[in-house]
Formats: sequence, C-alpha cells, structure tokens
Amino acid sequence: MVQPAATSEQKEEVLILKPTRGWGRLNLIEMWKYRELTYFLTWRDLKVRYKQTVLGASWAILQPFLSMVVFSVFFGGLLGVSSGDVPYPIFSYTALLPWGVFAKALNDAGRSLVTNRAMITKIYFPRMVIPLASVLSGLVDFAIAFVVLLGMMWYYKIPLTSNIWTLPFFLLLAMITALGVGLWLSALNVLYRDIGYIIPFLTQLWFYLTPIVYSASEVPERWQTIYALNPMVGVVEGFRWALLGTSASPSPMVGVSSIVALLMLVSGMFYFRRMERTFADMV
Amino acid sequence: MSDLAIRVEELGKQYRIGLSPTRYSTLRETLVETINLPARIKRRNNAEAVDRIWALRDITFDLKKGQVLGVIGRNGAGKSTLLKILSRVTEPSEGFAEIHGQVGSLLEVGTGFHPELTGRENIYLNGAILGMNKSEIDLKFDQIVSFAEVEQFIDTPVKRYSSGMYLRLAFAVAAHLEPDILVVDEVLAVGDAEFQRRCLGKMSDVAKQGRTVLFVSHNMSAILRLTEEAILLDKGRLVLRAKTQETVDYYMSTGYAQTGERIWEADEVSESARPFRPIALRLFDQRGRIVDTVRSTEPITIKVEYELQAGITGLRVGLYLMTTRGEYVFTSFDTDQPEMYERFSVRPEGHYISSCELPANFLNEGRYVLGINASSFRVKRYFQDEQALTFTVDVAGAPGMQWPENRLGPVRPALDWSIEAQ
Repeated sequence: MVQPAATSEQKEEVLILKPTRGWGRLNLIEMWKYRELTYFLTWRDLKVRYKQTVLGASWAILQPFLSMVVFSVFFGGLLGVSSGDVPYPIFSYTALLPWGVFAKALNDAGRSLVTNRAMITKIYFPRMVIPLASVLSGLVDFAIAFVVLLGMMWYYKIPLTSNIWTLPFFLLLAMITALGVGLWLSALNVLYRDIGYIIPFLTQLWFYLTPIVYSASEVPERWQTIYALNPMVGVVEGFRWALLGTSASPSPMVGVSSIVALLMLVSGMFYFRRMERTFADMV
Repeated sequence: MSDLAIRVEELGKQYRIGLSPTRYSTLRETLVETINLPARIKRRNNAEAVDRIWALRDITFDLKKGQVLGVIGRNGAGKSTLLKILSRVTEPSEGFAEIHGQVGSLLEVGTGFHPELTGRENIYLNGAILGMNKSEIDLKFDQIVSFAEVEQFIDTPVKRYSSGMYLRLAFAVAAHLEPDILVVDEVLAVGDAEFQRRCLGKMSDVAKQGRTVLFVSHNMSAILRLTEEAILLDKGRLVLRAKTQETVDYYMSTGYAQTGERIWEADEVSESARPFRPIALRLFDQRGRIVDTVRSTEPITIKVEYELQAGITGLRVGLYLMTTRGEYVFTSFDTDQPEMYERFSVRPEGHYISSCELPANFLNEGRYVLGINASSFRVKRYFQDEQALTFTVDVAGAPGMQWPENRLGPVRPALDWSIEAQ
C-alpha cells in the first residue's frame, strides 16, 4: 500500500511503502496522473499494429466488412436468418462494430499484462493503464469502421432517426463492458496462465451469445432477461436501434445489460487493484 | 522539510517457491488443490518452511538527501529485490519504506522499447514509461539524441539499430530522467567499454548535481568511484554499512575460501546456467599444491573445473582478474587462441577442466580477486561469478626487492634491461 504521509511546511511528496492487507483503495486519481502514459501506450498499440502491414489502417475496415460478407451469404442468404426491416448486410455490420471493440478487449487486453511483463517488472505505474490502452486503441479501429458504416447507411438509404443521439451512450456501454472484461481477464491471466488459452474459445462462444448474426427478437420472451445478462446484448441491440431504428426500443434488455456491465467494471477494477500488488512477482 | 530521502525499517520480502516449477498455476491445478484442501492443510504445516524464502529480511537504513549509496552483495543477496521494492514494482511483505521525493528507477535500459517504432517514437514512449511528461521530453529531445549520437538514424525503426546504438539511445533517455532519488541496478553490466564509460560518467554527473542515488553493482571500481558509503547484503540481510572502501574490502575478503579453492554447491548455481555447471576454481603453485598465497617469482596455475550436461557450441570459459581495489587486470578465455577456438568450437557433454598458467614475474604484490565467466559470445551468459576466489601475491625474492618500497600498478614484470655506456 502507498500512503501519502503528512506533508510538512514545504509541500513534499512522501510515500510510505508497506504491505497492503485486504482490498486496498481504487485510487483512480492516479490513473488521471498517468493519462499521458495511457495515451502513449494506446498510440504504441496503434502504430505497431498498422506500421508494417500493407493494408495498414484499412484492416480496421476489412475485418468487419469481410465478416459481414460471409455472414450475409451464409446466415442471411442460405440460412435465411431474419434481419427485420433492414437488409442483412447492414444488420450484421452494425453489430460487428461494437463487437470488434469487445473482441479486441477479450483478446488483447486479456493477454496484455503478460505481454508487457518486461515493463511491469521494472517500472512503476498503475497497471490498469495497460489493459485500458488496449481497449482505447480498439476505439480507434471502431471510428475507422464507423465511417464505412455511414457510407453503407447512405447506400442502403437508411434514414438517420433521432435515435442516433443515443449512440454515444451505447458506445460508452460497449467500452464499459470491454474494459470490465479486459480487467478481469488480464488480472486472472497473470495468475492462471490457461486463461490465455481459453480466450479464443471464450470469444467464439460469446459471439454466438450476442445477437450479431441474428436478432435478439428471435429469443423467446421469457428468456430475454437472462439473455440480456450478456451486456453485449444491450450494446448490439442498442446500436441497431440507434442507427437503424429497427424494432421497438430495447430498453428492458439494455437496462439489464447496463447493470451487468457496470457491475463487471466495478468488480473488475477492485479485483485488478487487489491483485496488482502481486503482478510483478507472478507475471 | 526533512533532509531524509529514504528511510527503510525492518523491510522484508518473502517469495513462495512454488509447488509447481513455474510460479503461476493453471485453473485446473487450483481447482484440484481446492478439492484436496483438507489433506493439504495437514501437509502444509510440515512443509511451510520449504515453501517460502525470505529474499530480504529486517533491512533498516536511511539515506539522506544528496547521498550516494552503493549496494553490494553476491548474486541472490537481495539487492535487486530491495530496488524493486523502493521502485514500487513489488510490495514488501513486512516493514516499510518511507520515500521523500520522486523516485526514478533504472532497473534496465530500454524498457518498453518497441523494435517497430523509430528512435524518435521510442524516445517518447520510453520517456513516458519512465515518468516524464511529453513537454519534458520535447524539451530534452535534442539533448537525448546528441548524447546517444544517433542523429542520422532517429527516424529509422529501432530494429535496424546496432546493439550499441540501441543501448546508447536507451541509456540516453534514462539518463535524462531527473528525479529526486535515482535508483540504479546493474545498468553497467551490459554494453561495451565505451558505453560503460559513458554510463559511469553520466552517473557521476548525476551524483555531483546533488541528487540522491542508490546504486547496485557488481563492478567494484564503479562502486568505489561513485559512492561514498555502501551497504553489503548477504542472503537477504544487511550485513554492513560503512564507507565504501571498507565495505568493499570486507565483501572481498570474507566468506571466500582462504584455501585457494572455490567450490560451487548446486543451490548456488541458478537454473539458467544449464547445461553448464561450474564445479570448482582452484589455484596451484608450481609444486601443484592448492594455495591462496603465491610468490610473484613463480608461475601460478589456475584450473576451472566444470561439467556440461549437454553439448554447447561456442562456449568459452574464462577468468577475470581484479585487484581488491576494484581495478581490472585482465580477462582471458580458454578459447582466445585461434587453434583452441577452432578445436573446441563444440564441446560435447562431459566433465572438463580448463586450466591456464600465469607466468612468473607478472603480478605485483597485493591481494587479487579471480572471477569466472562461462558464456557464448552475444548469445548467452551461462554463469558468472565475479568474485570467486581471493589470493595474495608475495613479492619476496622478486627483482628490485633490494629496495623495500611499494611499487604501484598491478603488474610487476621482470624486464630485461641492458645498460650501455655511451
């Protein structure tokens, strides 16, 4: 635990380093102090991912786009999955965007602490910065793919409704979910290295539990509340509602999803902080 | 404002030496263990002592502002652990440390450097990781680049840099950190002589600027040059705190075989040394006896005995010789000679003795320290023990001893002089 001790006449920073018992403090103010580091780590993640690739930033577009094509052919076309009032391609693409942010958090953020073990064992900074940077860099990918989404909406002549003002809220919900999951997985991965191997499987499973290739309305009403315990359900349905104006307002599901997302984030932060003191020793 | 920089009281750090060979476990293991809990509790009470080790115990000292303190000790004494705690990288298990001011730690150079990014980008990244703000880095950018001498390559990806350039750049960024308290660990252990010289130079500047410095090193000459006082750690305990020369002398002379022989027990050698396993280092006089005092007029035979548990290519086994004042005398490897290098480029599994002879009339009187190193150049360092054996050279009967005077310098050759009347 680090405790600022009483400062004397001249303001001097005094730290006491001693063993922490129990849960410890969240100390989010420290995260603000290290915002520049968060920025640099996010920037590093972006630069490195795009530097030597021929496709560069267009990869952020190609991934959801190509997925959409495949889904449209197989789920929309062959299997005839209903996409409601809108064409299947845009139906799935809209969902793929927030999913991309979340999937990146699962994969990159989940493994981020172990990947950055060199930094963690040598320098002090609040470790939350690392999974946070992973999640934030996913946001940039999202922004790039979003531009294409706007293009598609123009192409399919989908009008922008007043619902669009709720989009930032759903984006925030996606980020909260992503960060919550990212924090839990990254902390667990330091202790239990098999989490890293479970992640790809978890991602696949979660994909099907989220209404990306199908609509949430396919789920029987009595199961819908339980279904919405997956926070991505609220995110995806919310995105579709905000952008495409499909279906009635999904508020009950969004409500459940939001609560779960917040719980995951807060519990994730506490768990992370608690385990943080062992990271340098265990990673 | 007190003049105290760091106060450490009864600091201790305990590590679990895991049940599994790796420190982390898998979920499956944890689940299985939970099921076996009742049986485990019984077992645990007996096995407790073996499960954990104290890397540091009962460390108490203070450091005033502006002081430069050296920390010395053998490998595994707890020096790096102490620095890690003071750098907030890890938490103490007991006791506490009080830090007055900002700590900047140099536990390694180039932390966070990414090979795909350019020099310029890495400067910003590394600077941010070390705790500098962007504006600070902007200000010092040119200084950093010129200190590292990489102006031409600043916009090339770092993966294209030579190892020397990489180190210079990494060090340059770290060197421009200006914290109140600087904590440095063995940074000088890497790099060539030139790099080490610059590191020492910069550290000495930092010390002169009046910053508080805590410096860990195996390089006795650096410790002697830079620090006024030093503490000696041994097996996690603080053994001595005194003026640097005194601490260094104590460190060099105690605990080592006064019998001219140094044997390494299995637990003193780390796992990373495999397949190299050092067995012993011995000194022989010309009559083949193991001695710790030799006459300068007689040749000295040095033998390194070791075992290879698997074949190694490119292995070289060699010696460092140092005076107890920390000056290096020489470094020599068993495959320095081209024919030896060719013949022994691959050493198969087996038991070996590499031996060499120091000629008579070579060393001056005094006490010397022999270290050994087994490595594969630029590939891997298998084992190193810089202070393995101490011995004394006695100059009785040497040329020039008709004048009882102290001659300076580590060598005392018997040169062939001729005198001609012109």
